[in-house]
Amino acid sequence: MREEKIAEKELQNLKEVTIRFAGDSGDGMQLTGSQFSDTTALFGNDLGTLPDYPAEIRAPAGTLYGVSGFQVHFSSADIYTPGDTPDVLVAMNPAALKINLKDLKLGGTIIVNTDSFDSKNLALAKYESNPLEDEALLSNYKVYPVAITTLNATALKESPLSNKDINRCKNFFALGLMYWIFNRPIEPTIKWIYEKFGKKLDIAQANEKALKTGYYYGETTETFTTRYSVEPAQLPKGVYRNIAGNEAIALGFVAASLKSGLPIFLGSYPITPATDILQYLASYKNFGVKTFQAEDEIAGITSAIGASYGGSLALTTTSGPGMALKTEAMGLAVMTELPLVIINIQRGGPSTGLPTKTEQADLFQAIYGRNGECPIPVIAASTPSDCFFTAIEASKIALKYMTPVILLSDGYIANGSEPWRLPDPDSIPEIPVSYRTEVEGFYPYLRDENLARPWAVPGTPGLEHRIGGLEKANINGNVSYDPDNHEFMVRLRAAKVQKIQQDIPDLEISYEQEGELLVLGWGGTYGAITEAVVKARAEGHKVSQVHLKHLFPFPKNLANVLNSFKNVLLPELNLGQLAKVLRSELFIDTISLTKIKGLPFKSSEIQNKIVEILGGNNGN
Amino acid sequence: METKIENKIETNEIKYTSKDFSSDQDVRWCPGCGDYSVLAQVQRTFPDIGIKKENMVWISGIGCSSRFPYYMNTYGFHTIHGRATAIATGLKLSRPELSVWVATGDGDLLSIGGNHFIHTCRKNVDLKLLLFNNKIYGLTKGQYSPTSEKGKITKTSPYGSVDYPFNPPLLALGSEATFIARSLDRDPKHLQEMIKRAADHKGTAFLEIYQNCNIFNDGAFELLTDKETKADNVVVMTHGKPLIFGKNNDKGIKLDGFRPVIVDLNDPNNSVNDLWVHDEFDSSPVRASILSHFTDMPGMPTPIGIFRQISKPTYNEGLKKQIELVTEKKGKGTLKSLLYSDGTWEVN
Repeated sequence: MREEKIAEKELQNLKEVTIRFAGDSGDGMQLTGSQFSDTTALFGNDLGTLPDYPAEIRAPAGTLYGVSGFQVHFSSADIYTPGDTPDVLVAMNPAALKINLKDLKLGGTIIVNTDSFDSKNLALAKYESNPLEDEALLSNYKVYPVAITTLNATALKESPLSNKDINRCKNFFALGLMYWIFNRPIEPTIKWIYEKFGKKLDIAQANEKALKTGYYYGETTETFTTRYSVEPAQLPKGVYRNIAGNEAIALGFVAASLKSGLPIFLGSYPITPATDILQYLASYKNFGVKTFQAEDEIAGITSAIGASYGGSLALTTTSGPGMALKTEAMGLAVMTELPLVIINIQRGGPSTGLPTKTEQADLFQAIYGRNGECPIPVIAASTPSDCFFTAIEASKIALKYMTPVILLSDGYIANGSEPWRLPDPDSIPEIPVSYRTEVEGFYPYLRDENLARPWAVPGTPGLEHRIGGLEKANINGNVSYDPDNHEFMVRLRAAKVQKIQQDIPDLEISYEQEGELLVLGWGGTYGAITEAVVKARAEGHKVSQVHLKHLFPFPKNLANVLNSFKNVLLPELNLGQLAKVLRSELFIDTISLTKIKGLPFKSSEIQNKIVEILGGNNGN
Repeated sequence: METKIENKIETNEIKYTSKDFSSDQDVRWCPGCGDYSVLAQVQRTFPDIGIKKENMVWISGIGCSSRFPYYMNTYGFHTIHGRATAIATGLKLSRPELSVWVATGDGDLLSIGGNHFIHTCRKNVDLKLLLFNNKIYGLTKGQYSPTSEKGKITKTSPYGSVDYPFNPPLLALGSEATFIARSLDRDPKHLQEMIKRAADHKGTAFLEIYQNCNIFNDGAFELLTDKETKADNVVVMTHGKPLIFGKNNDKGIKLDGFRPVIVDLNDPNNSVNDLWVHDEFDSSPVRASILSHFTDMPGMPTPIGIFRQISKPTYNEGLKKQIELVTEKKGKGTLKSLLYSDGTWEVN
C-alpha cells in the first residue's frame, strides 16, 4: 500500500528554496531550524540561515511578541543570503502566521498547526476570525492544515513522558514532515537526538518517534501530493562543516593561540548576541584556554588587560552596551600599549535597544568613541566563516603592533550559518611573537621598526618596570607631564596605528575595475550585496563590488578604488556611518543606502537601488 | 586549632635589602602622609617574604595610594579608577606563579571598585589587597568617602554627609575573603607583621591600613595612634590570647552571648580565664563579625590584627584542576581535531 502511495506523489526539482519556521519562543523553532540547516548542509546544498527571535526567553505563549523564527535558504547553486522572501512558512500558531505572512512569497506554501488555531490563540494573535477560513488566504497561498499537536500526542501515547513533555516533542514532528517534503535524510537528526538526550532515554525516544511520525505522515497522508528535491550544490572540493559566526570567532582565536604559542585569556560578561563565544571558548579547556566570567563588562576587559600584561593572547567579547562600559579601559590599553582584542557583536541600539536584532551602528563608537586622542585599529568580519579569519587577523595586528584591536561582527553573521570549506590547519601562517628578555638596552617605551614597544612580562629578571594610564615619557616610560612630550606621544600612538596600513592588502575590485557604479560594503552586509550584484549583472547591469575588512586604518588604495567609479553605492545598517567617515577622511561622497530595522538587507533592496542609479543605461 | 596556611610561591635564597625595592622615582606624596610609612614597611618586609623580585607585581587604581607601584622596584601597573582588583585578577589567573599585590584606597576599592572587590573575595583569587583607608578623598582634595563617618563635613558635604559608612572588614567577611586583617600606619612593627602574614596567605588577603591624611583628614586616627590614648582605644587581636587592652593591660573583653562586654581586670570578681580568647582560624565567621563591629560600638576599642584566616582552594587552583581534568579526558587539543570535528562532510 505504502509503495503505491509513494508512487502517486510527484517529485519536483527546485533550484533553491527558502523556508521559515515560526512558533512560540518556547516551541523550539531555533532548534528545528538549525537541525534542518545542518542536515541540509550535510546533504550538500549551499545555504544561509537567519535566526530571528525575541529577547524574551519564554514570552507568554501565543502572543505576537513571543514569536520566534528561523529562516533557511538552500540551493543547488552558490548563495549568499538567508533569502529575501520565504517560499514556505511553517507556522506553529496563529501569532506566528500573523507576524510572518507579510514576508511570504505570494503563492507560497503555508503549513500550519491547526490545533493551535483555537479561540484563545486567535484572540492572542488579535485575529477576529480564523484566518484558515479566510478565502483570500486560501486563494493566495497553498495552505496545508495539519493537526500537529494531536498527531504528535497520538503517536506518543505510549511514552512515559508527561503530557507537557510530549507536547514539547511536536517541533520534531514538524521537522520530520519538512524532511519528507524536501527529501532530506532523517538520520543525522536521530544521531543528534541521541547525542543530546542520550542520558534521558525517554525524551530521546519520544523525539525520535515524533520525528519519524512526521516524516511518515507526509508519506502516507493524502494532503501532500508533491515532494521537492533540491540537488546538492557544486561546491569546490574539500571538507565542509556548517558554521555560525560566533563559533567561527571562537575557533579563529584558538587558531591564533596555537599559531602564536600564546595561551588565550578571555574576560567576558554574558551579553546577547556575543555570549556564544564565551560559551565555546569555555569548553576548549584542553587547549589551555582560560575563560573568566567576570562580575561585569568592565571586569571583563580589565581582567583581559591584566592577562595581556602577563603575556596572554587576551580577549574580551561583548555587544554595544558592553562596549560603552569598556571604553575607559580601552584607553588604558592604548596608553600602556598592550595587545588585546575587543570583540563587538553589534546589535540594535542605542541603550538596550534590540538585543536580538542586527545592526551596524557601532562603527563611530569603534573608531572614535573614547576620551582623548585614542586610536584603535578596527576590522570587521563579513560572513560567518570570515569570522574565523578575522579573529586571526585581529590577533596578528594586536601582537605585532602592541595595540588593542576592535573586531566588529553583528548579530546577523554571529547567529547565521553557512557551509564552510575548512582550511588546512597547516596553511595558516604562524604568528611570530617574542617577549623581551634582554636586560641590556631595555626601555619600556623604546620602539621597534613598527613603532611597537617591547612586551616585557612580569617574571622576567632585570626588566622590572612600571606602566600605567598617566602619560608616558617617550622611551623610558616614566610619568611625564611635559607638554611637548604629550604632543609627541599622541602623534606617535597615531602614527603607530596608521603604520598598520603597511600590512593591509590592497582592495580587490570584483568585475570591472572602473566605470559607472561600484557597490562598497563592510561587515555583515557582504552576502546581500554580493547577491544583489550577481543578480543585477545577470540582468545586464554593469556594476562592480568591493568589500572592506579594515575600517581603521583603511587599505592604502581605497581612495583610488572609489575614485575609479562615477558612483559608489554604500549600503549600511545604520544612518550612514561609513559614508560620513569616507567624507571626512577621504573627501569622497557616496550614495548612502541605509536601513535600520534590526534586520539585514534583502538583496532585492540593494538590487533595486543599483538599477535605479544606473537608470536605463545599464552602466555602459 | 593552629592550621598554618601558607602560600608556596617560588622561594629563593637571594638576600634582598629594603633598598632593593626602592625605584628610582621621587616619592611625591605630601610630606607627613601616612603612605610613606606603608611604603617603608612594605620595603622593609619584602626582603623576608622569600619571593624573587621579578615575580612580584604591584597593581593599583587611582588615588593617592595608587601611586604606590611607581615607588616599588618590582613590576608595577598603575591602572584606572576602581579596577585594580579586576586587572590583578586577570594577571594572577594567567600567571599563577606571580605574587600579585594591590595598593588601593577607600574610594578606589570600596566606592568605584566595590563590585570588583566583593567578587575578588568571593572567588578567592590569590591577591594581596592593601587598603589605605584614610576615610577621605585626598587626590581630589577633600570630599567624603564611603568610609567617612556619618555627618562628616567636607567640600561636597558642607552640612555633613548623610551617608552611612562601609565597615571594610565586615564587607570582606561578608564577601567570604579568606584573610582579613587591620593595622595602623603609625604602628610599623604591627604593620610589618600583618604584611608578612598577608604575603604568606593563600587566597584573597585583605589588609585594611588606617592611614592618616594630614592634609584633608588629619587626626582621623589620632586616638588609635597617639601614645597617650592608644592603649585605651586599641585592642590587639593575637591568636590564642585573650582580648586585653588598656594602659595597664587591665581591661578585658568577654562575650555575653553575642554581646561583647568590657570588664575591669582590677576587679577580683573578673578573671582572665573568662575573657574572649581570639581564634584567627575560627571556622565560623560569627566572632570575626562581632570583632568587625567593635568600631560601630561606642566604648569598644578598635581591633587590629587578624580578624580571621581560613583555608579553601583558590580560583587558580580550581581553574588549573579543571584544565588538567579536561585535558586528561579529551587529550591536548589540536587545530585539526577542533576544526574537523563532528558534522563535517566531504565534497569530491
